[in-house]
Amino acid sequence: MENKRIDYNTINGWGIDADPKNDPTYPMRKRSNETHEGYNWERPPQQPIDMEVLHSIERPNVTAVFGTSMPPKGLSGQLRRLAFKYGEGRFAHWLPLILADRVDEVEGIIDDLKQGHVPNIFAEKGMKAEWKYNRKGLLEKMAVMAAVTTAAVLLLRRKAD
Amino acid sequence: MNYRGPQRVRLDRNKPMPEILHPQDAIVRVTRACICGSDLHLYNGNVPDTRVGETFGHEFIGVVEEIGPNVHNLKVGDQVIVPFNIACGKCTFCKQELYGNCHEANPQATAVGGIFGYSHIAGGYNGGQAEYVRVPYADVGPVVMPEGMDPDEAVLLTDVVPTGYQAAEMGGIQKGDTVAVFGAGPIGIMAARCAWLFGAGRVIVFDQEEYRLEFVRNYAQCEAYNFRSIEDPVVFMKKTTDSLGADVCIDAVGAEAAGDALQTITGRKTLMQAGSATALQWAINSAKKGGIVSVVGVYGPTGNLVPIGNALNKGLTIRGNQASVKRLLPRLIEHVQNGIIKPKPLITHHIPLEEVADAYRIFSDKLDNCIKPVLIPPSARI
Repeated sequence: MENKRIDYNTINGWGIDADPKNDPTYPMRKRSNETHEGYNWERPPQQPIDMEVLHSIERPNVTAVFGTSMPPKGLSGQLRRLAFKYGEGRFAHWLPLILADRVDEVEGIIDDLKQGHVPNIFAEKGMKAEWKYNRKGLLEKMAVMAAVTTAAVLLLRRKAD
Repeated sequence: MNYRGPQRVRLDRNKPMPEILHPQDAIVRVTRACICGSDLHLYNGNVPDTRVGETFGHEFIGVVEEIGPNVHNLKVGDQVIVPFNIACGKCTFCKQELYGNCHEANPQATAVGGIFGYSHIAGGYNGGQAEYVRVPYADVGPVVMPEGMDPDEAVLLTDVVPTGYQAAEMGGIQKGDTVAVFGAGPIGIMAARCAWLFGAGRVIVFDQEEYRLEFVRNYAQCEAYNFRSIEDPVVFMKKTTDSLGADVCIDAVGAEAAGDALQTITGRKTLMQAGSATALQWAINSAKKGGIVSVVGVYGPTGNLVPIGNALNKGLTIRGNQASVKRLLPRLIEHVQNGIIKPKPLITHHIPLEEVADAYRIFSDKLDNCIKPVLIPPSARI
């Protein structure tokens, strides 16, 4: 379809929210005298902390509410605890978390197997949809993967010989 | 929904029912839950501290099933629109209506507020791609759905519409301004539509998916270009604006951007930066001197390769934030009810929650001309 300049007068609602005061210095927030009073608001009641909650060292406490999904555990948990010894601006905070996520993935598979569940990786990756809507692309991807794997195996065998 | 690792999710029938853990909690039975473009950052393993076993989903509506003793504005049976941000309403930031920046909802990071189903970087909450979800501060965020509102319209008011609207709002658009929107996903489409509401004189959208370009061209009545078919979108923008650039540029893509090999390799393939910053790079370079760059595309918490020197030399103002959904909802509900904004056409796929893995694949790989998939739990289909 061809692009053409639009006559904005034809557009439903054009300019309905125009605000000449909204230049970049016009704050989209309601400032008050309290703005500079620091961390002294009346806090909501504290959600009971009956599990391990890692909190940023850039704040003094655990927030009044927090999520309870997946508390730290195992080796990934150790890495996460290490990460939370550092501030949010440090790679020492983020790199252990990234590593922990990868370890967590392996721990997840081990947990599945321990519970007698063999994860169906193809289903989890949504391959049914890929097969339905992008069969050619999926076959191409599989062919490339097969070729790369074969080449790698041949190369390793040659080295071993 | 249960996250198992990069690009692996599955249905989990054994997850325990959420419980009231705080006097201001509610339990909501989900009736619609979208997959958001920013969920793909989690899905692809690009967001640190995304733990195996988490449930994603920050765009959902539902029915209140249970309330805590300090919830007074909602009652059991109410149908609610739940903003994606979790906000206490009491901290200094909430009092300034910065509900996306609440300081009492996320212990793990001070740079982000609490968000449903968005990893431990955003508070470790389970999300709404489930049958039931715990909603903290239920008196603050959730809004009772207006009578007769289509649930498909309502679910898009939890994130897509407010984020697109705020993208345009943060652009400080003045009447007659030229606005460039990078990305024709749901947020980019909505930002393009809303740019007109603030009085834009010209709206130009860039993407690489022809079906999305055609959609945005019709839906938002704007110009739309495939950046694959123009050599350099920045040069293109200059040429089409008397060599000056756009008054306002909006990054509506974030970490998953395509279009620049270096950004893709360092940002998406090797995770050496917090996502591929191609759209932001183009936005900064396409803006007119003294112009405004509005960022709603989501990036990770580390660093990105962006031409900050150009931003300085051009005197740009860069504004970004998670949408303050609660602040915007009254106006946006009005717009939807008056037919000024019609979000429903963005939803291209209704998918049973049980097929969540396929839904993520369809959205992630842009299969079947997908723009926005919505998951429907079994109890909402009865």
